Amino acid sequence: MLSIKDLYVSVEGNEILKGINLEVKPGEIHAIMGPNGSGKSTLANVIAGKEEFEVTHGEVTYNGEDLLEMAPEDRAKAGLFLSFQYPVEIPGVPMVNFLKTAVNEHRKHRDEKELTAGEFLKFMREKMELVDLHAQLTNRSVNEGFSGGEKKKNEIFQMALLEPRLAILDETDSGLDIDALKTVAHGVNALRRPDNATIVVTHYQRLLEYIIPDYVHVLLGGKIVKSAGKELAFQLEEKGYDWIKQENGK
Amino acid sequence: MSVLVEKADLSLKYTAHFNDVKESLREDSADVLNAPRNKAFHDFVMQGIPTRKNENYKYTNLQPQFFPEYRFIHRREPAKVDLNAAFRCDVPQLDTHLAFIFNGWYYENNQQVGQLPKGVILESLEKMAHEKPELLAKYASLANTGDDPLVALNTAFAKDGYFLYVPKNTTIEKPIQLINFLQANQDAFVTQRNFIYVEEGADVKIISCDHTLNLNTYLNNSVTEVFVGANANFEYYTLQNQHNSTTSLNSLFIHQERDSKATTHYSSLHGGVIRNNLKFMLDGENAEANLYGMAFIDRKQHVDNFTQVIHAKPHCLSNQVYKNVLDDESTGAFAGRIHVVRDAQKTNAFQRNNNLLLTDKATMQTKPQLIIDADDVKCSHGATVGQIDEEALFYIRARGIEESKARLMMMNAFAHEVVQRISVEPLRDRIDELVDKRLKGEVARCHECAYNCEC
Repeated sequence: MLSIKDLYVSVEGNEILKGINLEVKPGEIHAIMGPNGSGKSTLANVIAGKEEFEVTHGEVTYNGEDLLEMAPEDRAKAGLFLSFQYPVEIPGVPMVNFLKTAVNEHRKHRDEKELTAGEFLKFMREKMELVDLHAQLTNRSVNEGFSGGEKKKNEIFQMALLEPRLAILDETDSGLDIDALKTVAHGVNALRRPDNATIVVTHYQRLLEYIIPDYVHVLLGGKIVKSAGKELAFQLEEKGYDWIKQENGK
Repeated sequence: MSVLVEKADLSLKYTAHFNDVKESLREDSADVLNAPRNKAFHDFVMQGIPTRKNENYKYTNLQPQFFPEYRFIHRREPAKVDLNAAFRCDVPQLDTHLAFIFNGWYYENNQQVGQLPKGVILESLEKMAHEKPELLAKYASLANTGDDPLVALNTAFAKDGYFLYVPKNTTIEKPIQLINFLQANQDAFVTQRNFIYVEEGADVKIISCDHTLNLNTYLNNSVTEVFVGANANFEYYTLQNQHNSTTSLNSLFIHQERDSKATTHYSSLHGGVIRNNLKFMLDGENAEANLYGMAFIDRKQHVDNFTQVIHAKPHCLSNQVYKNVLDDESTGAFAGRIHVVRDAQKTNAFQRNNNLLLTDKATMQTKPQLIIDADDVKCSHGATVGQIDEEALFYIRARGIEESKARLMMMNAFAHEVVQRISVEPLRDRIDELVDKRLKGEVARCHECAYNCEC
């Protein structure tokens, strides 16, 4: 589904990613862990199509297509979803309009009939229950005045509406209390299907108690230095990152 | 020819013209209009055609706009078509008392004014100056000819415009809609003078729409004086939608008595050079003034909003929100002055100007000015000039919305704050739609007219 080969990425001349290789297949959950500044968020944003990152080498294909050639909106319509680490507040853009436009862009892309306002509201209400998002929030502007937890729930709510095939959760657990964390994890698990995949980018092992990964990768200094099964997450929780750093001579 | 000589020539040209017509200007006009003419013209000559040297016109040099060989429309000329038939404001739910002003003159054949409440007068200024001079006793008292050359020139040339009188405690439920048309067979200089008298406890909403009906070059210099009595409510919405060879100069003066509320709302959708002067005098306690404006300009268009709010009495509130979206090589300016005079304690005065530049070539000048001579006041001002927030743009695109649509969403969002201040719902919806069209680059035509001009 997603194939990353020897990916090098720079921001303003600083090399952040230095040869990433990653294969994600349908049905899999991959966790990407690593200390601050290791390049986790950069990787997530490059996959989503953020333009300020410069790919200097390597390739990324998504279902056989060259992902790096696609505009962010085309990636989204092809089934890619990024849950933002810092969801952006957009004053003046009503949540409902934003979500309805997004959903209908996806439907048009799939040659499905666009939803009317009424149909959309019904659809929206269904999906809201999943993440226990307060109905009043949809009357606001996008993310405006949302608490940290509400913003993260709102990301998963959007994921529920857009039904992506590959979701990347960038530090979705940061800033969440345990109840919110469970709600978010529940939402993610409920959206799992055999034909979709998830990449969980996280600093801590905490979220992985609720979203069980098939693979855990450790990103260090812009490279994936270790890949293993879910047990790696527990090892990291116990021992920190230092032993891996030592293993890699850093 | 040197620039200096051209400038001197230009002033001389207007002086020569005034001398030619000053006797005929007096014909048909009542004394109240004639009395200030000569002094007004003298004031105009003393101040000159505004250039950047005039501090109040620092961002708008009007010399080039005064240069063309205009025909002056100093006499009432019959419209060549029946405006009642030619014009259809295609806002179906907008039910208004409708009147036309043709090249600055109140149209003699207005048929759609409908039934106004008892005592309300909506008429030609020229006519009312003859018939009800007592209601025009305050004519030219707000619009001081010594302060502004455009006001001076307007007062010197003033022949007609609309006159509105709303008697005490009278509420006009439906808005009054005034359509200002410009249509001449050659380049024309138009002067429009309006007078509005809203008595104590009265309530009126005005929608003023500016349109051009052909592609000639126009300069329209209008002055409107408004007196808002105690406890009265006055709302004034204006939609400026003219072509690129139009210079639209508008000065609006509002005098407010205690407990009154006045709201002005300018939507500048299209025009070559637009200058809006607004001067509010809060002259009674607990008066409230709201000044809103938004402009969407492109190519080489220019919009300059110049506001002055004078807090002359304590416990008043004023609030200004101006927003501009500038594309291509367009230029904009906002200068807002708040003056709190001595003893106007407990004043609340706010001002904000936000601007969105869509290209590197568009420029915006913004100049807040606070003069505060009282010590117990709350005043604030803020101005921003920026581009579209790239982070927000990426966020929207990352949800599958294409870039152009995402940009449009953000521009609409930017304007939304000002659009939503319109209290007349069908007008608000329509302006929302026009703004959307304008931002999409489509022709935001707001009326179905019999003319297929590119205006």
